[in-house]
This record gives sequence, C-alpha cells and structure tokens, in this order.
Amino acid sequence: MDIILQQLVNGLSLGSVYGLIAIGYTMVYGIIGMINFAHGDVYMVSAYVTAIAIALLSFFGIESFPVVILGTLIFTIFVTGVYGWVIERVAYRPLRGSSRLSILISAIGMSLILQNYVQISQGAKQQGVPTLLSGAIRFDVGDGFVQLTYMKLFILCASFIGMGVLTYIIQKTKLGRMCRATQQDPKMASILGIDTDKIISTVFVIGATMAALAGVLVTLDYGGFDFYVGFIIGIKAFTAAVLGGIGSLPGAMLGGIILGLSEALFAGLISSDYKDVFSFSLLVIILIFRPSGLLGKPEVEKV
Amino acid sequence: MSNAVIRKTLVSLAVAGSVTLAHADVVIGVAGPHTGAYAAFGAQLWNGASAAAKAINDAGGIDGEMIKLVKADDACEPKQAVSVANRLVDSDEAVAVVGHFCSSSSIPASNIYEEAGVLQVTPASTNPGYTDRGLPNVFRVCGRDDQQGDVAASYIVDTLGAKNVAVIHDKGTYGKGLADAMKSTLNAYGVKEVLYEGLTRGEKDFNALVTKIRSVDADVVYFGGLHSEAGPFVRQLREQGSKAVFISGDGIVSEEFVSVAGSPKYVDGVLMTFGADPTSYAAGKEVVNQFRADGIEPEGYVMYSYAAMQVVAEALKQADLDPIKAADWLHGHKVETVMGTKSFDEKGDLLVSDYVMYEWDDKGKYSMLDM
Repeated sequence: MDIILQQLVNGLSLGSVYGLIAIGYTMVYGIIGMINFAHGDVYMVSAYVTAIAIALLSFFGIESFPVVILGTLIFTIFVTGVYGWVIERVAYRPLRGSSRLSILISAIGMSLILQNYVQISQGAKQQGVPTLLSGAIRFDVGDGFVQLTYMKLFILCASFIGMGVLTYIIQKTKLGRMCRATQQDPKMASILGIDTDKIISTVFVIGATMAALAGVLVTLDYGGFDFYVGFIIGIKAFTAAVLGGIGSLPGAMLGGIILGLSEALFAGLISSDYKDVFSFSLLVIILIFRPSGLLGKPEVEKV
Repeated sequence: MSNAVIRKTLVSLAVAGSVTLAHADVVIGVAGPHTGAYAAFGAQLWNGASAAAKAINDAGGIDGEMIKLVKADDACEPKQAVSVANRLVDSDEAVAVVGHFCSSSSIPASNIYEEAGVLQVTPASTNPGYTDRGLPNVFRVCGRDDQQGDVAASYIVDTLGAKNVAVIHDKGTYGKGLADAMKSTLNAYGVKEVLYEGLTRGEKDFNALVTKIRSVDADVVYFGGLHSEAGPFVRQLREQGSKAVFISGDGIVSEEFVSVAGSPKYVDGVLMTFGADPTSYAAGKEVVNQFRADGIEPEGYVMYSYAAMQVVAEALKQADLDPIKAADWLHGHKVETVMGTKSFDEKGDLLVSDYVMYEWDDKGKYSMLDM
C-alpha cells in the first residue's frame, strides 16, 4: 500500500513536469500546426540559465531560499522566453506559409543548433547545481511510509499554479481571446484587426516560459544536467501532448499526468526495463480508439 | 613535437575533415568520447595518451620516427565509433589506436582495426566480449568486468554480509555486462538478488525504481553503469530515505559523479571497484608529478591511457613499426609502463588484474579501502 502511494507521488511529480513541457508543443501546434522539435532544447537551455541564475544570486550574497527561488524563476523565465521569441523569429517566421515539411526541417535544425551551441559555449561536461531545499514530509502508512520531499511538493504546487495561471490567461483575458481566435481562423482573425504574427510570437514565448518553469523545477530537484538533457524529456512531453490531444491545453496537462503515472506505476509494479514500451503501447491504444487524443477535437477538413 | 603542433594538426583535421599525413610519422589514433555526455573520460584519455606520446617523442620517438596523435571522437556511440574507426584507418592511415573508451564502441571498432591490421589497445573497455572473440589485434591495460564483478560480489558477501541485493544496470554493453558478471558470482556464493532491473540511459528520474528498491528492503544496491545516471540515481535513493549501500564499478570514476549527484553528501559512502590506485606505482612517480605540475590531476583513466600509449610504442618499436607483428610480439612479452610491468595472455587480457574497492567520502573524493 505504502509503495503504491509512493509511486503515485513519483508519477504525479514526473507527470506534472511532462505536462508543463507538453504545453509548449500543444500550443504551438494549435496555432500554426507545426511540431516545434526545438522545444526540448529550449527546456535544456533553461536548465543552464537556472544554474547561471543561482550562481549570480550567490555571487551577490543572496542565500535565503524564497528569494533565490523567486529570483531564479524570474530570471530563467525571462531569458528562456527571449529564446522562444528569437527562435520563432529566426527559424519559423521566414517560413510562414511554406509547406509544413520545411518548417519541420527548420525545427530539427534549430534543435541541433541549440545543442551544439550549448555544448561549445558551456562544455560537454555534466553540470550540477547545489541543493537548495532538502528535507521531506513522511507519512506512516501501515508498516511502511510514504515520503514526499519538500522539493517534490514544491514542484507539484508550482506546476499546478503555472498551469492554472496559463488557463486563466487563455480563457479569461483579451490576450487569450486573441490567441483562441488566431487558432480557430488566422485569416479571419487578422481581418478583424488581430496582429496574428504578434500572437504567434506570444504563443512561442508562453511555451518557452512553461518549459523554463519545468527546467528550473527539474534542475533544482535532480541537480545534474548536460546539453543533451532535453532530448528524452522532450520526446516524453511530445508523447504526452499527443496522448492528451495535440492542440488542446487541458489535454497536454492530462496527458502529462497520465504518462507520468503510467511510467511510475508500471516501473514500480512490473518492470522498469519495459516502462517506455508500456507508455508507447498505451499511446498506440489510445490513438486507435481516439485518433485525436483524449481531449483533442477531430480535425475537420475544410472543402 | 610540441603541443602547438598537435593542436594545429587537430584544428586542420577538424576543418578539413580528413588530411593525409606525412608517412614519415607514426600515426596513432586516440579514440574515445571527446564530446557528449561522457566527454570527461575522453579528456582523461587524451591527457594520458598525449603526455606519453610527448615523452616518447622527446626521447627520440619510435626508432627515430615521431608519433603523431589523431583525436577521434566516438561520443560513446557505437555507430559513430565505426565511422571514426574507418576514418582513422583509411584517411589518417593510423597504425595503432589507443581506445576506445566505452565497451560498446571498442567492440564494433575492433573489427575495422582487425581487417586493416591495426593494433588496438584500450585503456578502459572492460567488457569481456572485447577480447573473447579471439581477434589477434586487441589488447587492454585494464581489467575485465568478470574480474571486477568478482571483487564486488565477494565484498558484498564477505565484508558487508548483505542478504538483500538489488542489481540495477543501464542496459548498455558495459553496464549490463558488469551487472551480469557481478550477479553470476553473487549467485555462485549462494546469494540470490532480490531485484534485477534496467534503467534508461539519458533519463534523470529514477524515483519509481528507487521506490521499488525500497519495497524489497535492499541493503545493497549494485549499479552497472556510468556516472551520469549513477549521480541522480544515488541522490534519489537517499532522498527517499534508503540507507542501502550503493556499489558500482569503474564507470563512475570521475569527479563529475559528485556534480551530477548535486552535492558531495549524496555520494558519501558510495563504493566502487577500480584498479589499484594508478598513481601509486613507483615506476609512475615522475609522470604523476609532471601531470600535477602541469595542472592535470591524473585521476581515473589518465595513467591507464599513458600506459596504453607506452605499450603501443614499445610493441611497434620491437616490430619495426609493423602493427601485425607488434600484436604478435605483445602476446609473448612484458612491457614496462608507468603502472608497472604489464603482460598479456593469448586473448589480449592482462595476466594479473588489480581490482580493489574504493569509497567516496563526504568531501566528494575517493580513496582505496583496505581489504
């Protein structure tokens, strides 16, 4: 019993991180119908920015946890947001209106550029950040215990707050309304006076900030990272986005949580060798019965 | 030959992709992960091999021929290992190779070298499959995973008296090979592992596996793999409150193990098997001092790579630079290296292996245990 509860905790915290990164994939797909393969590497960049932020803050003698974490979050989200904006500007905007395939190739190229740029500028070494928050809450369950580290608790809270704020922005604000309008019909939206190029840029920035939030949380939790760290987690997050229905915001969050939970439970109860096989089998089964994902809307071909 | 010349050669290689080198020099490849997640080990290889080559050249080279080193980057990827091996053989016309680092690279590359009649001496690949396939051109100056596994298993049974042993590997040639070797010796001692599982290289979250280890009450966790996974793994083990002894092999011999774990406090008490301190040999004292004077800590595989280069140079010298004859010669003769006298059996393995147990402390350093 305690073991299953512990696996739920593990899965939930992993899944919420997948969800945060999946948001970037799903929003970009929703608005311009492309898969931003450089998104995993934006996450990777944010891990480095996190380390730089912590180093800067400790250089100025700031040690207290709330200040460090807040400063790191603001700095990382800002810098990574700028990366998201520049990537859209440089790699995707010049290709607006060309075939999906060329944008896809451009995305793969961007991903390689980011990896190699970080490898050359920061070195190929494994990097690490010091532990900022240690300790854990322990719940006794039966004759065992469930342990929730403060860091995991922080990840859960921060990612749910992040998702909540984003949902509010998309559903309730003017900016969100313009995003949704652009997603539904870009041409009509621009006729009605919405600057669609600006909205698309904004969406890239939002995706990058969510990846940055995940980057800060994961980097602080696991400590170590390298220039290749965005690859596997990017693929997992992309899977989560497809699982939940690509293009759908709640779908990305749901997909992330389902993927995290299924990985943790399968690895914990059956075998960690085959957990990825299980996750992808789950994806295949869901796509057989719901081809556009759990919460996705079927694409209507306009004639 | 000065360092600047080596550097210039490398730059021109990097720019042109391939350059045909003058035949008057003896071209030797140094192959390993010079980039990628395991680049720290590539740097160790290069530091050791280039220092040895410089010392040999300063002393007149091999029968008057200067050694010219070529850096070959396999990033620990089997596919890339094959392509750099082909490049070394075809366009660089290397007669010998020091490397590769990862077993999963050394094994496929060794076939290329065998076809081309190139001598291969690895300072680090410990998988038995490297020499067990009966190739005439392969040698190693390190031990084998089955020897390493023996040492770990007997330590677990005799010294720790452990009952519940969890065996975890990274599904790679080296990691799984090492874990399997340890497991079979462990079973021979009559101890059956309580858990045998693989994790995925490149991931950072092993919490689900850690919880499973906790559920079987493991008092020892044996990990076959490299430091980039071992770091987060041991950290998450400690964060979930497990006090199991963490034991691994020579794949975590790098100070980066501490930085990926996040803090020295997580690696405190971690055990690992590795060859007896390579800097402790009397024959290597001067070289060790020279390294430290140059600001290079001779950690991990630096001295092994130095010794591998010496083995290559000595064999080529005895065989008039013919790599096939050099391999023949090595099978029956002893070579003096900075790590003592090395002699090889008919497969190319060392006759005497020297694995001992090391322990990491709370300062993030490792030291040999008395056994």
